[in-house]
Amino acid sequence: MSETRYRRMQDLPSTHLLGSGTAMCAGCGGLQAIQEIYDVLGEKTVFVNAAGCMTMLSVYPFTPFRGSWIYTAMASAPAGAQGVRDALDVLLAKGRIPPEEDLEVVVLTGDGSAYGMGLSATSGAIDRGLDFLYVCYDNEGYGNTGQQSSAATPHAARTASDALAAGFPGEKKDLFSIWAANRPAYVATAVGAEPVDLARKVEKARGLVGPRLLIVLAPCPTGWDFDPGEGIEIGRLAVATGIWPLKEWEAGRVVHTKVRRPRLPVEEYLSRQGRFRHLFEPERREAELAAIQARVDAYWQGVG
Amino acid sequence: MTRRLLTGNAAAAWGARLARVDYVPAFPITPQTEIIEALGRWIGAGELAARLVTLESEHSMLTAAGAAAATGVRVFTATSSQGLLYAMEMLYTVAGWRAPFVLVNVSRGLAAPITLEADHDDVLAARDSGFLQIHCSTCQEVLDSVLLAYRLVEDPRVRLPAIVNLDGFHLSFTREPVLIPEPGAVDAFLGSYDPENVRFLASRPISQAVAVLGGGPYSYFRYEMHRAAEAALGVHAEAAADFARAFGRRWDAVETWRAEDAEIVFVMLGSFATKARDAVERLRAAGERVGLVRLRLLRPFPAQDLRRALAGKLGVAVIDQNLSLGRGGVLHAELASALYGEPEAPRVLASFVGGLGGRDIGAEEFREMAAETRAAAAAGRPPAPRLLYTRGELREVRKLQGIAHAERVEVASPARGEGEAR
Repeated sequence: MSETRYRRMQDLPSTHLLGSGTAMCAGCGGLQAIQEIYDVLGEKTVFVNAAGCMTMLSVYPFTPFRGSWIYTAMASAPAGAQGVRDALDVLLAKGRIPPEEDLEVVVLTGDGSAYGMGLSATSGAIDRGLDFLYVCYDNEGYGNTGQQSSAATPHAARTASDALAAGFPGEKKDLFSIWAANRPAYVATAVGAEPVDLARKVEKARGLVGPRLLIVLAPCPTGWDFDPGEGIEIGRLAVATGIWPLKEWEAGRVVHTKVRRPRLPVEEYLSRQGRFRHLFEPERREAELAAIQARVDAYWQGVG
Repeated sequence: MTRRLLTGNAAAAWGARLARVDYVPAFPITPQTEIIEALGRWIGAGELAARLVTLESEHSMLTAAGAAAATGVRVFTATSSQGLLYAMEMLYTVAGWRAPFVLVNVSRGLAAPITLEADHDDVLAARDSGFLQIHCSTCQEVLDSVLLAYRLVEDPRVRLPAIVNLDGFHLSFTREPVLIPEPGAVDAFLGSYDPENVRFLASRPISQAVAVLGGGPYSYFRYEMHRAAEAALGVHAEAAADFARAFGRRWDAVETWRAEDAEIVFVMLGSFATKARDAVERLRAAGERVGLVRLRLLRPFPAQDLRRALAGKLGVAVIDQNLSLGRGGVLHAELASALYGEPEAPRVLASFVGGLGGRDIGAEEFREMAAETRAAAAAGRPPAPRLLYTRGELREVRKLQGIAHAERVEVASPARGEGEAR
């Protein structure tokens, strides 16, 4: 990442492209990330959306995008990107549009689609070497329907569908590794609260050809139960505690782009969110907290 | 113009080739696969300047088809049966995008039980999706209908996708002599696709397929689709007239055969109508005034043409190669609603369901249906709906059940079986 134009906060674009007044919740970490991504990508883009919170960005006759948009369905946004990309390539090859009319095709889905229903279509798009950018805003649940558990929900988080006792019994699926195992051009994780890291990854992805996929952690005030003003802090803590590793995969190699040493204890992140309150109240569930900490520690031990 | 023996599948592929399609999203399924294989071969050989991409499912295939059409290219795709159902969410969705393209469906019965052979349950499941539907009875009609369909869907008054339907096996794998039009004549008939405002360009940002809030805008856009589908009747008539001028073959929304002076009329869809036509000839030879009305267009529904064709008839036998479980034949219900209250409506409208999952409809069954409809007309009361099935068929199923039963007994108590063997 040596040739990046984004080294410090001051390097980030000062003009913001995404319009305001959308229907997103106050403090939406997903919207924050999309704003940052859009500033780097620019308006020569077509967003291909799957069912999720962000579907409500473009509601007739309004859109916050200066570029283009198409809503598909929950399972098949990457296939929509395939159709758009192929059609643009055909039009370019046959000289029916000039090169300056070309667009970057960007899939935009939540974790419900990315980790579950849309995974087959994503895998297919990677198999075919589709030249596209995939942005998954990961708010760790089916947020638009009231935060039921998805395959991205972390262990022990209380959700609308795992509302009692111990919370979600499963483990967050490792989508980064699943995507990487498919050997696309680029895979990265990011979070809006680390905008320089995010901008560098978007910049890098934009410079590559082929399937390029980003999973952006999207702190969700309504789904995770925290005050909207704390979203950025929670995003930073996700990184500082090591729960959300910032990394990228390219040509078979994983590089961690921000390694904090020493890491903060996981409870600094967990205790800020209502979805994990049962780990602390009415009494601390030490065994569960220790198990979560141990899993994070084990991950980073593997990183070396 | 060249004349060749082509299967229905090859005729469909020729239609796409002559239409100079730009893009073919594909997914294999029996009995459709031959269509995409032919297109793939031509593209590979440089005979067709298109891009073929095999998706990982029909759901994705339809998404890609709609998205490419929404980006401004001419798109062709094809599927069958389970594939059409797997794509069903996207049929409704892309129709709402007003993204015009042509989907060939090679009809095949639906699971369960799973089968490879033809009936119309698959395509009728898409009846209300917003796709227009053209049903073919010969291989020539398949080729011609693909060309007509592009004229229809790309017309600014329509802008809806269309399904061109042919029956699996009966047409898909049957070779018939087909006239292949000259490419230049097809170019003149079709013209190149002008996507107008339905496209993505950097200089003209557009939001397509956005959400709406509330029933007002939702109803508006759905009504617009409905009216566009209705307008397709008139556009089809114009296109059919142009086609007849250019190629000498006339494909009306409703095809009639000796129906004018008929007392009893068969009404049906698809390739089995050629069997009905044969039955009409035999019955005519025996002095029966029988005719045939075949719907080419199912959506939009050519209600006026049907009312006209069936005015004053004694009886109508609607033969459905589909079964709406718990209701009966779909075409029968559609026709009843078009005819009810019409002063010249036929005296009786009889319902026959047959030809499911590749089952034949025999000449003697046509004779029987005509006789039953005539008797009902004389009595002034429609007969109870009939599910065509013969004693012979039932006997064959009983044999299979006998084997299944014997095997189950064998598996359930092997010891006893061994004992008996000793």
